[in-house]
Amino acid sequence: MAAPVKSPVDGAVPAMQKLTIGKALNLGLRAAMEADDKVIVLGEDVGKLGGVFRITDGLQKDFGEQRVLDTPLAESGIIGTAVGLAVRGFRPVCEIQFEGFIFPGFDQISSQLAKLHYRTQGKVKVPVVVRVPFGGGIGAVEHHSESPESLFAHIPGLKVVSCSNPADAYWMIQQAIDCDDPVLFFEPKRLYHNGQLKSEVDTTTPPGPLFASRVVRQGTDCTLVAYGPSVKVCLDAAEAAAEEGRSLEVIDLRTISPLDLAPVFESVRRTGRLVAVSEASSESSITSEIAARVQQECFYSLEAPVLRATGFDTPYPPSKLEEHFLPDLDRVLHTVDRAMGW
Amino acid sequence: MPSPEQWTHPEPGEGPAAQAAQPSREQVIAGLRNTDAGGAEVTQLLTPEGERIASPQFDRYISDVDPEALRGLYRDMVLVRRADREANAMQRQGQLGIWVPLLGQEAAQVGSGRALKPQDMAFPSYREHGVAYTRGVDFKELLGIFRCTDHGGWDFQAHGFHPYTIVIGNQVLNAAGYAMGQKFEGKVGDDDGEATIVYFGDGATSQGDVHEGFVWAAVYDAPLVFFCQNNQWAISEPTERQSRLPLYQRARGYGFPGIRVDGNDVLACLAVTRWALEECRHGNGPVLIEAFTYRMDAHTTTDDPTRYRLSDELEVWKHKDPIERVRVHLARSGFADQAWFDQIQAEADAFAADLREFCFNMPEPPPERVFANVYAEPSPVLDAQRDEYLSYLAGFVEAGER
Ligand SMILES: Cc1ncc(C[n+]2csc(CCOP(=O)(O)OP(=O)(O)O)c2C)c(N)n1
Repeated sequence: MAAPVKSPVDGAVPAMQKLTIGKALNLGLRAAMEADDKVIVLGEDVGKLGGVFRITDGLQKDFGEQRVLDTPLAESGIIGTAVGLAVRGFRPVCEIQFEGFIFPGFDQISSQLAKLHYRTQGKVKVPVVVRVPFGGGIGAVEHHSESPESLFAHIPGLKVVSCSNPADAYWMIQQAIDCDDPVLFFEPKRLYHNGQLKSEVDTTTPPGPLFASRVVRQGTDCTLVAYGPSVKVCLDAAEAAAEEGRSLEVIDLRTISPLDLAPVFESVRRTGRLVAVSEASSESSITSEIAARVQQECFYSLEAPVLRATGFDTPYPPSKLEEHFLPDLDRVLHTVDRAMGW
Repeated sequence: MPSPEQWTHPEPGEGPAAQAAQPSREQVIAGLRNTDAGGAEVTQLLTPEGERIASPQFDRYISDVDPEALRGLYRDMVLVRRADREANAMQRQGQLGIWVPLLGQEAAQVGSGRALKPQDMAFPSYREHGVAYTRGVDFKELLGIFRCTDHGGWDFQAHGFHPYTIVIGNQVLNAAGYAMGQKFEGKVGDDDGEATIVYFGDGATSQGDVHEGFVWAAVYDAPLVFFCQNNQWAISEPTERQSRLPLYQRARGYGFPGIRVDGNDVLACLAVTRWALEECRHGNGPVLIEAFTYRMDAHTTTDDPTRYRLSDELEVWKHKDPIERVRVHLARSGFADQAWFDQIQAEADAFAADLREFCFNMPEPPPERVFANVYAEPSPVLDAQRDEYLSYLAGFVEAGER
């Protein structure tokens, strides 16, 4: 269990603020850097530019070039040196520019970052956070809209999380940095600057622990489980369903590895139905894992098989076609209909 | 200041005392940026003022470039720039999702592209619209990528121009493998031999794939020209974020020649690339070319260079414009008059108008495209997924929605 998050230096961040997810991440990083001078940020364009999404905006100006490193263009280099820096006592936070560019660093993540603690029988800690903007819906070209999180969840030794709202963004990034294990932090890029999600964030008290899922809307007819960008889709779907008199419960997974399925089991025992939603392709994914575990734990409570609304088992298509690929509100409701009609 | 030649190759046995003679950080950066016209490092055949410089080593590679050929190179660059500007404008108007401008890199691309023979193969990154043009790929065929209707669908074998690659450095190893194939099939050894050229940026030189590409090409003697367009920036990061020594000098460490060419000089790019390709064709490859140039626009239309770039830097480079110097040279030599320049401009405008019309009328891909060509062999699982999705969509059509 990681130590509680240290509170930022007085006055660094006002107690209550209306924030977008992007701004909340920026302030969360700032607070973590204020609280611990071993926290350093590294990645491509994170300095003067503030990252291509501006999540690190202003950090280099305030913390200097030795704590916010514009690195050479090499993801293996970014992750590999972060491992070394962590061994030396730093708490590096790596930014990968887009999820599609994490693969040059995959070797370092799977071979070193994930295994060093195990291999040294606990003598070496590698508290590295790898921030990865992920997911589609932004009309981008190839490699800028993917959802590779299942690949990382499959690697023992890594923790994988994703946030879906500003308060979680602000706190989860700090909790991830505070965690003594390596954390892959998947950020829903299409929600970064979404004004609809802008909300009041209490910067004095975290809303809960990092590795715990949470019921974000209560309901009785069917449970929806999602994480990251799909949480908003599910909440919107639940809203639409309510207008037609159907009550959907929505669970934000938040932690993808370790999976915290206790709230999901509890919910399914009440609703009898589960639809798992994710932008990632379905084969061998997190939603597959959820389906397997829920049928094992809730077999006698299920009124229908666990169904999934996911991306198809194709590469991410050209973005003019992404509306077809991404599970949207209609596809989620259609899947709920199937579960209800079983 | 010691010349880069001195500071990159310290004498053996130098002790810590000699460290004082090591270059300062400022000197290192000055070395990276040393572009003095005609200086020891840069191969230049046409100055920014439009004067032709004789080169004992490289003149013979452009002995066939008569006034007509030179006008052709000028025309290529004007058309490519005009199309690039049109695409940039179309992005601003929401017709393209994104555009990757090549402004300022026309000479590097047209010069190196025109050096290729039909049997050669080019592996581009994502900014090589000018090279695509020289390979006979219709500019229109590039637009789908940026309008996000496809990932690039040209016949790459017919054009000798591989699909674009967005993941930085990936294509370098692919090119090395392709070139190894040319070698294994015995296609090198004489003037008619085959060669491969691979394009990448200064930022890409930090990627492992690029270093591995250097190693592979070297140890298998692959006929591969590494063409690095050093446009000074990798989004917001300057070249000194990637290297302590001029990039072309890295080649020595891998065991093949490296050369720096004025990337804004189309004649020098043509000559040097022809030389390098000849080396490869005859089985002496690989070669690294660093085309020293400048990105005169944003990295892409989503980038904001005012956050990192100094405006006076841009002003300096405007004086080294790759097209202007050819125009001055043509005019001064009496190879072209105003009427001819006007005619080329009109042609370029028509080229752009055609592109615009094509872009506006580009069809939307049908939903079944999502499932097409995932595998070379039939996939019943995917076919079922497609059929299910299409019948789901049909439900909306019947209900009069979507
Ligand atoms: C592996 C990888 N990491 C990051 C990116 C994001 N990215 C796209 S272009 C770019 C800068 C490339 O600079 P350079 O290689 O100099 O080429 P230029 O664009 O300047 O021609 C970056 C970081 C990417 N496409 N691929």
